[in-house]
Amino acid sequence: MQVPEQDTVPESAARWVGEFLRRRQEQIAQRWADAELFRTVFTVSRDEAVEACKAVLDALSAVAAHGALENVAAPGFGPVRDQLGRMAGSRSRAGAGPARVADEVAALRGPATALLRGEFEDPSSEQAHECVLALTVLMGTLRLVVMETALGEGEQLIERQRQQLLEVATPVINLWHGIVAVPLIGTLDSARSQVVMENLLDAIVTQQARYAILDITGVPTVDSLVAQHLMKTVAAARLMGAECIVSGIRPAIAQTIVHLGIDLGTIPTRNSLADALAHVLRQQGIAVSAGAPVGAVPR
Amino acid sequence: MRVSHHTVRACLPIGSDSDLAWVRQHVRRVAAESGFGLVQQTKLVTAASELARNTLIHGGGGHVEVTALEDGSAHGLRLSFVDTGPGIRDLDQAMTDGYTTGGGLGLGLSGARRLVHDLTVDTRPGQGTTVTIVVWATDMPRPRAEP
Amino acid sequence: MNPPLAEPPPPPVPVLALGDVLLVTLQGDLHDSAAERLQHDIAERVAREPVAGVVIDISGVEVVDSFLARVLAEIASTARLLAARTVLAGMRPAVAVTLVELGLTLPELTTVLDVGQALALLGRTPSGPRARQGGA
Repeated sequence: MQVPEQDTVPESAARWVGEFLRRRQEQIAQRWADAELFRTVFTVSRDEAVEACKAVLDALSAVAAHGALENVAAPGFGPVRDQLGRMAGSRSRAGAGPARVADEVAALRGPATALLRGEFEDPSSEQAHECVLALTVLMGTLRLVVMETALGEGEQLIERQRQQLLEVATPVINLWHGIVAVPLIGTLDSARSQVVMENLLDAIVTQQARYAILDITGVPTVDSLVAQHLMKTVAAARLMGAECIVSGIRPAIAQTIVHLGIDLGTIPTRNSLADALAHVLRQQGIAVSAGAPVGAVPR
Repeated sequence: MRVSHHTVRACLPIGSDSDLAWVRQHVRRVAAESGFGLVQQTKLVTAASELARNTLIHGGGGHVEVTALEDGSAHGLRLSFVDTGPGIRDLDQAMTDGYTTGGGLGLGLSGARRLVHDLTVDTRPGQGTTVTIVVWATDMPRPRAEP
Repeated sequence: MNPPLAEPPPPPVPVLALGDVLLVTLQGDLHDSAAERLQHDIAERVAREPVAGVVIDISGVEVVDSFLARVLAEIASTARLLAARTVLAGMRPAVAVTLVELGLTLPELTTVLDVGQALALLGRTPSGPRARQGGA
């Protein structure tokens, strides 16, 4: 036996709202399809928007029928969670921030409430008041569900982009027969250094490379952790039978390394990628000489 | 560390040379099943090899308990190496690089610690030692194969 | 799931002679006792025979822990005392990363990518590009 507290929605009102959402699904869906949230996401056809609205109304109706108005995790939301996530994702890609999306969800309450009031002969009656309250609570819960899925989408998006960045930003280039190089660009953190190391070592095997060049011309700063990773990469390459050369250490970075007290003395270094390549070619006994001039030379 | 779910996968004896090999093979398999990348597998198997040898040589034998960990979407493994040997008298010293009583390079404990996310030692003089390591599978993008 | 009981000792690792070069191919999981026996066998051979170099192919080895690393380093040191040079060939990337993480950089060993390079380095070139000593 439950004693209703003040402002608590009686179960009968929740059930009534559930039944109302089912009965008036078509009318509400027609109104929601014009609301910003649905209109901007489902741009192909209005029918598509109406269908999406109906799916959400089905879910809301099921949740209300079970009296679980405030339960964000109610099983009734299950079937539309994916759809809501895609909608939130689509809005955020269009530049709408979470607060904006929340407002757009909140804006759906108006049209539904107006229809609900119309169901009662006396909109100021106790029962009408309870039902409006039930719908308000339910729509508040929907807003939370959308926010939740939107945040989940955002996290997934960030994670996906992070992974892509790691892959894209660390290509291993086959410079010459038996010579591979990694031109590093941007800030190196621990995860990326790890990826660079593994990619380079794998390339040494697949390319049968006796020389590997790590070019850090495009790296703005080197802290002690990154310097350690560089040294570990060089040491691991040596264990495999390849010589690893670090090129492009800019003066500022060289100073930082000295200030950090890191001893890079055991690592072969060269000023530039070109110097490193020339050194490696010499080591292999390959002479590169300037041939006859070609290209944009006036005759 | 918040671990919501775990199951004991296996309990393997450590009493001989071939037991060490068996521990390495078993750890390799469960690490692969838990989604560990090749480098992580190798690090974990190497750490397990170091610690199992400690259990055999210093602890006079014992066993290893392999537990699969799950925390949300993260997968991990916990390995506990248990012996009832003499215990470690000076733990700080035992954790130092190059310190050895067993004729190795003295990298058993300190080396293993560098290969895993977490290493704890519980030792009582005269009663035995339990070394527990925990490793979580990290999601690393694999390099694309060159044509 | 249980290891076989009372297992016979693992067979010794074969040491092949190619002229004055000893070739050892390590495969799979090497038992501690087999590693120690190998170390002993190589020392005997280098002392008895006119051996100029020892090539250890570890491309088939998935794990090198500090024990095996010590054995490899000691093989190299012993061979050097007896005027033979030891070359380690084909270490896998994951093994190399793990050894470096352990702090084991094996400075006493010459390293190469594969057995062909090792033989070329020792002047027993069957064919292939000019050899080079791996690393510093």
